Amino acid sequence: MTAQYHFAAALLQPDRAVPRGLVNPDGAPATKRFDVYRNNVAVSLSEALETAFPVTRRLVGDEFFRAMAGLFLRAHPPRSPLMMVYGAELPGFIDGFAPAASLPYLSDIARLEQALRDSYHAADAPRFDPGSLSALSPGQLETLHLSAAPATRLVRSAHPILGIWSANSGGAAPMSGPQSVLITRPGFDPAPHLLTEAQADIAAALFAGATLAEAADDDATLTATLGMLFSTGALTQRTTP
Amino acid sequence: MSTTKTLAIAASVATAVASLAGVAAAQENEKCFGVSLAGENDCAAGPGTTCAGSSTVDYQGNAWTLVPAGTCAEIELPAMADGTERMGSLEELDRDLPQS
Amino acid sequence: MFDTDPSRLPARPGVGYKPRHYADILADPGAVGWLEVHAENYMGDGGRPLAQLRALADHFPISVHGVGLSIGGEGPLDSDHLARLQRLCDWLNPASFSEHLAWSSHGDAFLNDLLPLPYTKGTLTRVADHIDQVQDALGRRMLLENPSSYLAFADSTWSETDFLAELTRRTGCGLLLDVNNVFVSATNLGLSPQAYIDAFPVHAVGEIHLGGHDEDADETGAPLLIDSHGRAVADPVWTLLDRTLARTGPMPILIEWDNDVPDWPVLAAEAARARAALHRIPA
Repeated sequence: MTAQYHFAAALLQPDRAVPRGLVNPDGAPATKRFDVYRNNVAVSLSEALETAFPVTRRLVGDEFFRAMAGLFLRAHPPRSPLMMVYGAELPGFIDGFAPAASLPYLSDIARLEQALRDSYHAADAPRFDPGSLSALSPGQLETLHLSAAPATRLVRSAHPILGIWSANSGGAAPMSGPQSVLITRPGFDPAPHLLTEAQADIAAALFAGATLAEAADDDATLTATLGMLFSTGALTQRTTP
Repeated sequence: MSTTKTLAIAASVATAVASLAGVAAAQENEKCFGVSLAGENDCAAGPGTTCAGSSTVDYQGNAWTLVPAGTCAEIELPAMADGTERMGSLEELDRDLPQS
Repeated sequence: MFDTDPSRLPARPGVGYKPRHYADILADPGAVGWLEVHAENYMGDGGRPLAQLRALADHFPISVHGVGLSIGGEGPLDSDHLARLQRLCDWLNPASFSEHLAWSSHGDAFLNDLLPLPYTKGTLTRVADHIDQVQDALGRRMLLENPSSYLAFADSTWSETDFLAELTRRTGCGLLLDVNNVFVSATNLGLSPQAYIDAFPVHAVGEIHLGGHDEDADETGAPLLIDSHGRAVADPVWTLLDRTLARTGPMPILIEWDNDVPDWPVLAAEAARARAALHRIPA
């Protein structure tokens, strides 16, 4: 094994001995000086997670979050040098994390935060102009495919995730029941919008490539869903008749 | 595809488009949530030699003693359908939720 | 191989750009004549970061400073990451591109810290190859920054200044001289920061960095300075800057402040202090 293999392994495993050949100025084997590097790695990755998952952190408290982050960053060190994408595996990690089992909604809150961050960094795209639909015939409309903007996300949960998220982001107290959240980014700031379950079914089908006819259930729900997608900037211009 | 459904979809689209004038104006005024979303790279070192890097615990053993202790314990839940006020953790609420 | 100067930055103060200062910088840049950004923060697909950077580039020369390429890594360079750097530099045409004499990735894992290297013949060959590869991919000369060190390698056979001088000779790269890193490393390794500056291959320097450090001690009580970028530049580092500028002449000088980032006037005051240092360079 190479020198950097041993160095990297010792960085992430605190109980592992400091690699040989690393020394203090007097030539003695380094101990605390190696801990500076251990600390840099753990603190910088933990802080990246704190930035990305502020509501998840608020829900469990700083001490619990940091301890959980310490385990996560050793189980899932970054695969990319981009800190903006670090932590995508955290929701799945929380699902299997026994000490957080008392908060069954926690992983979906992390999914919502991950989706908000994804949306923030997604590509810019021209907003769909609903007025363009008036030129289409009824036959063309029913076979229409609509395209979600690159920054649009749909997060569905059995838990009231938008309520919990809002209550921890300066908003009102949570409501009970399942919630589906449409995230759109009309400018540069992702915004969450609550969909009914029926609206979310239609939105999910449309985003998966269904035509209006395939996605439509009842007319009132289709109208409401389209109204929501149009008004929030969820769609981008490209359509295939 | 029935003609009825074809026309119904066209009507839904027309209604959705027509409703936009008012909604779009309302969206412009929507308050920005202002979340901090930009996890950043930098070339600075962390603060000193704190224990974050030199200690960790095995949560599957007996070393893990922490319990979630943030706002999860403080959220005030809204009144239930029967009008009773409920306080307490969402853990309690969750029992009423459909399982995914 | 490359005719272009590795740095087209003006010999003025610059600051590490933080999004919270966006409006302040445009409204009142003070002494600040250019900005530096960390490359990895502008590798998303779109949104505010890229829009802000594009707008800033209309007003200021931009230095792109990479922190994730792992030029000192034992393995091959990450070709995906190099391609991202190439796209960013093609899109922005920055006044300078710089990276670190350090490693930060091993295997599949990115460790998010600038990790130290032993100065040996093997390291020299590997780092020189990687610099060649970067300069070929970007079609420009790069600047390489001296690291801050917390420990030494028993098997190093070169001094850091000789090692950097040899890298510039082999690759034609320029150097980014971080004067705070010099002070931190020299203090931590029991060397003279003044002797380091006096031995530095100043002909290759294209940019200077300054940042704040924290003070700690190792297990023997010996001083252990941490390159935290979380406070104002220390007075002895300003003194060392004067000695540096006397050798290099006027240079682009960057103020780095990455942790506990202050309000704009505090950062602008640091930039003004760097401008004063430029003004007192002996003729």
